[in-house]
Amino acid sequence: MNKWTRRAFIATGGLVGGGLALGIAGIALAPNRLTVMGDDDGKSARLTTWIKLAPDSTLTVLVPHCEMGQGAHTALAMMLAEELEADWATVRVEEAPAEDAYANGYLVRVFTPGMAHVPGFMERAVDFASLKLSQRMEMQVTGGSTAVRATGELGMRVAGATAKAMLLQAAAERWQVPASECVARSSKVLHSGSGRSASFGELASAAAKLEPPSRPTLKSADQYTLIGKPIPRLDIPAKVDGSARYGIDVTLPGMLYASVMAAPVFGARLASVDESPALDMPGVKRVVKLDDAVAVVADSYWRALQALRRLTPSFTQTGDSQRSSESLHKDIVAALEGKESKVDYSSGDAVARLSGAAKTVAAEYQVPYLAHATLEPMSATAWVTADRCEVWTGVQDPLAARGLAAKVAQLEDQRVTVHNMHVGGAFGRRLPGSQDFVEQAVRIAKAMAPKPVKLIWSREEDIQHDFYRPAVIGRFTAALDAGGMPVAWVSKFNGAAGGGDESPARPVYAIANQDIRSTRNNTHVRLGSWRSVAYSQHGFFNESFMDELAHAAGKDPYEYRHELLKDAPRQRAVLEKAAWIAGWGAKPPPGRARGIALVAGFGSIVAQVAEVEIIDGRIKVHQVWAAVDCGRVINPDGAAAQIEGGIIFGLSAALFSEITIRDGRVVQSNFADYPLPKLVDAPRITVEFIQSEAAPGGIGEPGVPPIAPAIANAVFAATGQRLRSLPLRLA
Amino acid sequence: MDGPTNMRAVHCVICDVAEGAIEVSMRIALNVNGQLHEVDVDQDTPLLWVLRESLGLTGTKFGCGIAMCGACTVHVNGAPVRSCSVPATALQGQAITTIEGLAAAGSRHPVQQAWIEHQVPQCGYCQSGMIMAVSALLAKTAQPSDEQIDAEITNICRCGTYERIRQAIHSLAARAGSAAGAQHE
Repeated sequence: MNKWTRRAFIATGGLVGGGLALGIAGIALAPNRLTVMGDDDGKSARLTTWIKLAPDSTLTVLVPHCEMGQGAHTALAMMLAEELEADWATVRVEEAPAEDAYANGYLVRVFTPGMAHVPGFMERAVDFASLKLSQRMEMQVTGGSTAVRATGELGMRVAGATAKAMLLQAAAERWQVPASECVARSSKVLHSGSGRSASFGELASAAAKLEPPSRPTLKSADQYTLIGKPIPRLDIPAKVDGSARYGIDVTLPGMLYASVMAAPVFGARLASVDESPALDMPGVKRVVKLDDAVAVVADSYWRALQALRRLTPSFTQTGDSQRSSESLHKDIVAALEGKESKVDYSSGDAVARLSGAAKTVAAEYQVPYLAHATLEPMSATAWVTADRCEVWTGVQDPLAARGLAAKVAQLEDQRVTVHNMHVGGAFGRRLPGSQDFVEQAVRIAKAMAPKPVKLIWSREEDIQHDFYRPAVIGRFTAALDAGGMPVAWVSKFNGAAGGGDESPARPVYAIANQDIRSTRNNTHVRLGSWRSVAYSQHGFFNESFMDELAHAAGKDPYEYRHELLKDAPRQRAVLEKAAWIAGWGAKPPPGRARGIALVAGFGSIVAQVAEVEIIDGRIKVHQVWAAVDCGRVINPDGAAAQIEGGIIFGLSAALFSEITIRDGRVVQSNFADYPLPKLVDAPRITVEFIQSEAAPGGIGEPGVPPIAPAIANAVFAATGQRLRSLPLRLA
Repeated sequence: MDGPTNMRAVHCVICDVAEGAIEVSMRIALNVNGQLHEVDVDQDTPLLWVLRESLGLTGTKFGCGIAMCGACTVHVNGAPVRSCSVPATALQGQAITTIEGLAAAGSRHPVQQAWIEHQVPQCGYCQSGMIMAVSALLAKTAQPSDEQIDAEITNICRCGTYERIRQAIHSLAARAGSAAGAQHE
């Protein structure tokens, strides 16, 4: 495991007050994910100054990822403290500032060997026309379930091990003993022969003057004392007493408040607006016209909102105002039936094998547009002066927000500061390319300069101006042999999945002949990454279709999958575990039925069994059992929470939420017509992990995809009705 | 402390402001977390925005503005109220409690403690409202059934922390049960 193919460049510096500040410069990640390479390519991402060690041994870990509830701050600090041998009680976490030094463009490098394709969650941030990916390395993104498996595995652990080596060396020099006789334990260095000890804090300033080792030794898994333990999350105490500060909570002296209304039809522009109904209202300072929106600025949010609601702006007419969900559906069908298609994955000769097969099965599935509906509505506070711009917000990439703010304010990046706050839910909504609320806030603040302005979107604005999970149709045909096993799998869908061996559109099962294609359809609806990205639709499609194949073969859906995973031991073990903890073989309670599904993505494998009952024509999910192989688990309790949350997030798509289009605009506007699961709807959830020494996989997203097909398959088991469209509704 | 009912005097302020608009606001007194605050509000300003913007109590969150998500839940005389949909002017003389005042400074309410023990919050944005809703339920019904929990706790958590919320409520109910049992002995 601990083999560096090239040198890691490690930078150190003194800390005010005599501590040690340590970071790693020039680490980038080679495509095989397990090696560290140097900066000899001249454009490697830098990871600098992650560790601050104070004279009292307080360890501050600067994490270049946002905390949006996924537990990354705690998990990454655990990985660093593990290697450093730090006393966990001394550990603090700060989110790294939005500065170039903390760019983590290496995340994209991990997933883009040769830059052949871009991971789904970053699609909106990449200039496809010129594929200027390298310019996008100046990012500080949290997405794609990458924090632990990239920053943690290849950055935090190395930083911790390096700092430990330097502290050992400092102690050895102080005591005039060989460093090999010194050990680090619980924020102290000990010399066994003489019984001497010194705290990390005492050694920090001397350690900071040393040359860092080029190949720090990492611990092996059997030496772990923190990794693998259910450590309480560091961000939770402030989240139970109201003291955690989110972007929407910022208050500045003299601050004004803005409410905004964007063109309801995507792509339309503001034509005109009579400002007087707003200006007549108390507390209103100004009506600010933006290209595609109008905003009211007032001395309170409520006054800004009330005044905005009195305006009747007119927006330009575009051809898109004729569009509807029905017309968009027709466009997708036309694309699927057109001659143009792109091969997403291909093996063998699938199409030829369809003819002459013992049996063929065909089905069509679809999913609608979906909004993220983060509970914290989009919000940003901006303060623009002649030569400075400051922004307070909650985003998944504060460096991208800084670049955006700089562009809008017409300032150099270095003159812009972005303060990234606690994020009140993100799920892909706050990635680069969809930070429109930051742009609006800076434009409005520029108009109101030098007064700071807090922009808050109404929930209606949020639901109607999201970057939506795409509406997708998938068409499937499979050929079964005489024994009922699939020999060919042909599928076609609209939109991009990713392509290649790891395409989310690929079935995980051993099927010799596969022909998987995508088509492009034109839509004016703004599209973005929605937690689990393309897996959210392809997991539903593929695992529903697998269930249909099992049924056509007259086999148990678990046994059928199991047989097709003969040569995939990790997947098979996950499937077995889910079936075992759910008691798959035993009869469910009267009136209930079970469905199973397995999806592999983001470096992890998750299988879920859902137990449902049809009550008064409605689907009630009583219980979900989830088995997870995410490699080595860093924080089991935090990881379980992510799977639990992923199941509820997937449940929203499975049973509740749908965005539709009429007259070119989104029909839904708030939780009354865009319902989300509540406590009464939440199944009881059991999560178990496979014990694994494999490299960590992602955990934020993999819990989402299996639940919709597991429920649909359970509904089929209960009723004989095969539901092929989300949200699932019984006929 | 004098009861807040003594402070119900309301006066309207009508004055010309620079832009020539007429500013209409009322000065009212609100009893929040045991303290009286005089604030200028419009007739229809929801309590939520008075708490957040006039009093700086930002622990109470804005989620939907139509009383559906419950992120803005506070207690009014101990009962859960969705502060986005009740005008502050209607609440003079009532005892308002926000998440910041749920427990005495430096201590935690049992619900807050249970939320830490069960590691409930993820993004945490809904949890102020969730904790206020649950603490109000448990004050009324110390050992609620699952059906009562489902009926009373209708707040939305987008991160999906419901499994832990239910476990935390059950653990609090069990503790209340054993405490009651101990008293009977």
